[in-house]
Amino acid sequence: MDIVTETPTNLPPEKGAGIIGIHGVTKRFPGVIAIDDVSLTFHPGEVHVLLGENGAGKSTLVGILAGLQEPDEGYLSLNGQKTRLSSPSASLDAGISTVFQHSVLVPTLTVLENLTLGAPWYERPPRDRIAARMAELKNEFALSLPLDAITGELSLGQQQQIEIARALLRDSKVLILDEATSMLTPQGAEELGARMQKLVKSGLAVIFITHKLAEAYRFGNRISVLKQGALAGQMGPEQIGSMSEDQAIDEIVRMMFGREAATTSNTHRESTARDEVVLQVEGLTTPGDADVMGLEDISLTLRAGEILGVAGIDGNGQKQMAEAVAGQLPVTSGRVMLDGEDISKATVAHRRRRGLRYLTDDRLEEGSVAAFPVSENTVLKDIGQPPFWVNGLERPQRIAQHAREMIANFSVRTPSETTPIGRLSGGNIQKVLLGRELHGEARVVVFNKPTYGLDLQNIDTSRQRISEIAERGLGVVLISTDLDELMALSDRILVMEGGRIRGIVDNDGSGEALRLRIGRMMAGEEEHKQASA
Amino acid sequence: MGGLLTEAFLSSLLTGAIVAAIPILLAGLGEQMSEKAGVLNIGIEGMMLMGAYMGFLVAFETSSLWLGFLGGILGGLLTAIAMAVLCVRLGLNQIVIGIGLTLGVEGLTALLHHFQFSRTYPRLPAPERVDIPGLTDLPIIGPSLFGRHPIVYIALAAVVVLAVLYRRTNLGMTLRAAGERPAALDVAGGNVLAIRVFAVLFTGAMAGLGGAFLANIGAGLFIPFMTGGAGFIGIVLAMLARGRPLWVLIGALVFGAALSLTTALQVAGSNIPTDVIQMLPFAAVMLVLVIFGRRAKLPSALGAAYERGAR
Amino acid sequence: MTMEDDIKTASADAGTNPADAATPAAERSTFQRILTVTVGPIVAAFVLSAIILMLVGVNPLTYYGYILERSLFSGLGLQQTATRMAPLLFLSASLIIAFRAGIWNLGTDGQFLLGAVISAATAPLLVGVLPGWALLLIGFVLAALVGAVWSVIPALLKAYQGVNEIITTLMMSFLGVLMASTLVKLVFRDPTTTVPQTRTLPVEDRLPRLFETSISSGLIWGLVAVLLVHLMMTRTAFGLRLRMVGANPAAAAHAGLSVPLLTMATFGLSAGFAGMAGASEILGVAGNVRANWDPAYGLMVIPLVFLARFHGVGAIVLVFFYSALMIGSESAARRLGVPQDFTLVLVASLLICLGLGEFIDQRKRKKER
Repeated sequence: MDIVTETPTNLPPEKGAGIIGIHGVTKRFPGVIAIDDVSLTFHPGEVHVLLGENGAGKSTLVGILAGLQEPDEGYLSLNGQKTRLSSPSASLDAGISTVFQHSVLVPTLTVLENLTLGAPWYERPPRDRIAARMAELKNEFALSLPLDAITGELSLGQQQQIEIARALLRDSKVLILDEATSMLTPQGAEELGARMQKLVKSGLAVIFITHKLAEAYRFGNRISVLKQGALAGQMGPEQIGSMSEDQAIDEIVRMMFGREAATTSNTHRESTARDEVVLQVEGLTTPGDADVMGLEDISLTLRAGEILGVAGIDGNGQKQMAEAVAGQLPVTSGRVMLDGEDISKATVAHRRRRGLRYLTDDRLEEGSVAAFPVSENTVLKDIGQPPFWVNGLERPQRIAQHAREMIANFSVRTPSETTPIGRLSGGNIQKVLLGRELHGEARVVVFNKPTYGLDLQNIDTSRQRISEIAERGLGVVLISTDLDELMALSDRILVMEGGRIRGIVDNDGSGEALRLRIGRMMAGEEEHKQASA
Repeated sequence: MGGLLTEAFLSSLLTGAIVAAIPILLAGLGEQMSEKAGVLNIGIEGMMLMGAYMGFLVAFETSSLWLGFLGGILGGLLTAIAMAVLCVRLGLNQIVIGIGLTLGVEGLTALLHHFQFSRTYPRLPAPERVDIPGLTDLPIIGPSLFGRHPIVYIALAAVVVLAVLYRRTNLGMTLRAAGERPAALDVAGGNVLAIRVFAVLFTGAMAGLGGAFLANIGAGLFIPFMTGGAGFIGIVLAMLARGRPLWVLIGALVFGAALSLTTALQVAGSNIPTDVIQMLPFAAVMLVLVIFGRRAKLPSALGAAYERGAR
Repeated sequence: MTMEDDIKTASADAGTNPADAATPAAERSTFQRILTVTVGPIVAAFVLSAIILMLVGVNPLTYYGYILERSLFSGLGLQQTATRMAPLLFLSASLIIAFRAGIWNLGTDGQFLLGAVISAATAPLLVGVLPGWALLLIGFVLAALVGAVWSVIPALLKAYQGVNEIITTLMMSFLGVLMASTLVKLVFRDPTTTVPQTRTLPVEDRLPRLFETSISSGLIWGLVAVLLVHLMMTRTAFGLRLRMVGANPAAAAHAGLSVPLLTMATFGLSAGFAGMAGASEILGVAGNVRANWDPAYGLMVIPLVFLARFHGVGAIVLVFFYSALMIGSESAARRLGVPQDFTLVLVASLLICLGLGEFIDQRKRKKER
């Protein structure tokens, strides 16, 4: 293995020192070491990728560089000089700008205001100066932004551009992009990759954080692999240049897990679709408002044993579709039929009892109550139902027993069933939610981004479970922003954009060609629907 | 009924409206800044009352109304400091602490007043009037609008000054960021805690001034619990004004007029009992909330303490 | 991905998290925590208030000593304390429901008074017409209904328009207090007396006393109310639904609960109990409502309920001590010349010290984990 270490300080500001360095940095949180003795330097002129699975410590590292946290051990250096970044202001003053995964802009302010945010309160926004510089940036980096638009109304891709523009307006030396492609189409990601190269050519250092191996190869000049908080390996420009994408991925996986790339993640799943139709949705339409996308004439058919993937950029109506089907969102027209029964007017509880289950993506804000114990969370959707409640009175023993069984069956790591669920990791909360949704007679399960934010092991297990569920004869709707995941698991893939279905395609294993088609639909192009319904 | 439409009556009605409106206006303007920044300042009633007490005390001891007003500002500030430390700095629950501060000030000022003034209930002399040449001679509105103590004009000027500050400088933007998405402000290099502390202190100063006005000009003396919900009405005004100082002014004038009208009706000898008359302002508030409540746009992060790095 | 995810992923799967082990040595014992969160703030509040007393020239030891002696160490005082508990217990029940369901019902004073007035207005008229127990029952029922009705507007505004209930309930409270006074003076006035008040319910028709004491049986009903509410909130499906709406409305909607309806139910129940508190005071002790009468118990009970962490039994204990305090300070106002407003200072100190106690507790827990 190839671990790069840097020894101390006060190196003269020449190429070897890099703009920023971290030296022997360790960061601990209660009960865990998030970053363990990591040393790295970042140089101008290259895109330095920080690669690691979820939970490997990337976010903490970003937090330290952005001034949100300080290391417990070790130190940072700026141009070879030892330095401290004790607040976001300090980080910004040091020339570091961070674009977080979820845009940290104020939705109700205009673009201009967000660009000047942080300036002293008694000053006036220098509109003309900014407009002039934005014109320059437009030429150089293809960043085009309407200064007086309300930020919240722009697309997520545009919001990301605002944050990048802000970094450039501040004449930043270092730009950190944290999981920046999760909100983009494949084409959008390519554009970002190209933009990053332009940025580094103009003298910046770009730190690109991702968990996607292919992106690391495609967009990076240098790759540092993080594993459980420690540096597991590095690949320099020469190495990357000499390998093909597959070779590079193999090498990275070897660094991360010491084995060859598992082939399960991306192999195409054998279809287990049967003939009978379990779920039929016709012409579902919802009004939508300023904050929430409206649905327009959504129709689909789902067979038993089938996995229907739903692709699309986040925020294009996928969540609203799931909510409308589950009964959480009122519809203005359309029908939902479950096993032939019209449930369009049924309540959420009734649909659930009939077998329609919905696993939300928002585990803590919607799917569970963080302060309640795990046991209560397992029956949260069945309040009042026997055997857990009899005549309205709770039967704590039965609930506890049920919870313990679920914990065992789904391998939930928790001190006990009385632990408040908010203390559990995302993956374990997800397991509890999954167990809850599968309880009883489930017929259709709608998954909304089930593997989001989980570490690789949990992702694998989740995907296996989803396959098993389909094999058992349930219908599965799988909403995901991970195109690889959809292509590995789905029988058919439905693409949503702007609240509409742009097309439904068979997952015919045609790889790149299919990916491009889907990408175009995600961007809004229509495709006449495949006649698989 | 004929007596109701005389020039003198209308003039006194208008005077009464303005005098009643000023404390609510000041409270509303102050609360507006707190709310913009994301702090729900329930303690404003306490800040106002402390301002009333300190304002009266200082004016009484020094025989100067202006010093009294300064005393009122100081009283409001002291209470606000407690709020800023406990809620903004330490992050304690804004509502619990707000109620606590209000009750505490009520009890404290009542206690102090009892031991100091309850035998004597001293009064302050009537406030001086400043006549603006020319304008004061206008019929009806002349004496009532333009012949008031200068503090009235200062309060009205505050509306304009704040509007300009919010619109033209980065102040409005920074406040709104702190109230809508404090994380965004923090990441952009702004100081969330500092702006919130500033907003809370400003509220205290304004509310304290309003309380001092109530005691020194409106009533001429201090009675325990004399604010009677004026601070809370200020909160309502701030909630409904959608971030614009001008609307706070309009709201304050409307309520002031309601209050003045009810007093005038009493004086004019109508048979409506005092309690019913006193109910009118609150009933008016409820009516407004019922009609316009839905449109009150409150900042998303209102009421929540900000912690860097937390989810 | 946030830093929290990094922490949780790593720690949960490592399995060596000391917090998971939950050995007694690692965690502070429950006793220590109670000390920080409940007892500590109480002591601190008394000390703080003592300082205020010294400011106005009163010897705090004399004052506190007098209160203790008057309320707890005398037979009469103890009975008065027990009687005073009744309305405070009903109010505790009211607030436990509201706060556990995430609703800030700050309008209990108005609901209390209107409940008192309606029971004072109807009960004397029914004497002789209905048997004693029915008369009292109707008084309570009407009071609960009136209280609930008085909360309808804030309830609707909150449930269907999302209007913050802090302001609406406060405004309704001011309105309610004035309305109650108006009703007493104009509508329900006793024609036989010069003092503006409602007709008086004869002593023999009021809530019976307990055994040989002068303690009103309202105490028993108050205890029942608090315990029932506690059980309802912690043991029933309905209570869990209310708690869920209070803890996470989005999750409640996701689970298929009707958040608006449950919100309305919370307001109705909470205001109803506040109304019954008023009834217990009239039907058990006062017998009538005088104009401009407003004991303002509602806001005082808030810190007690918080200190008790919304736990029924804890609330009962704290209400007992607070009642003693009230009885003692009322007497002290006459004997020692310290106005009753001092209790406000004490209540405020309790709230603030309570907040600080929670803060210290949270900091220590974070350090542990």
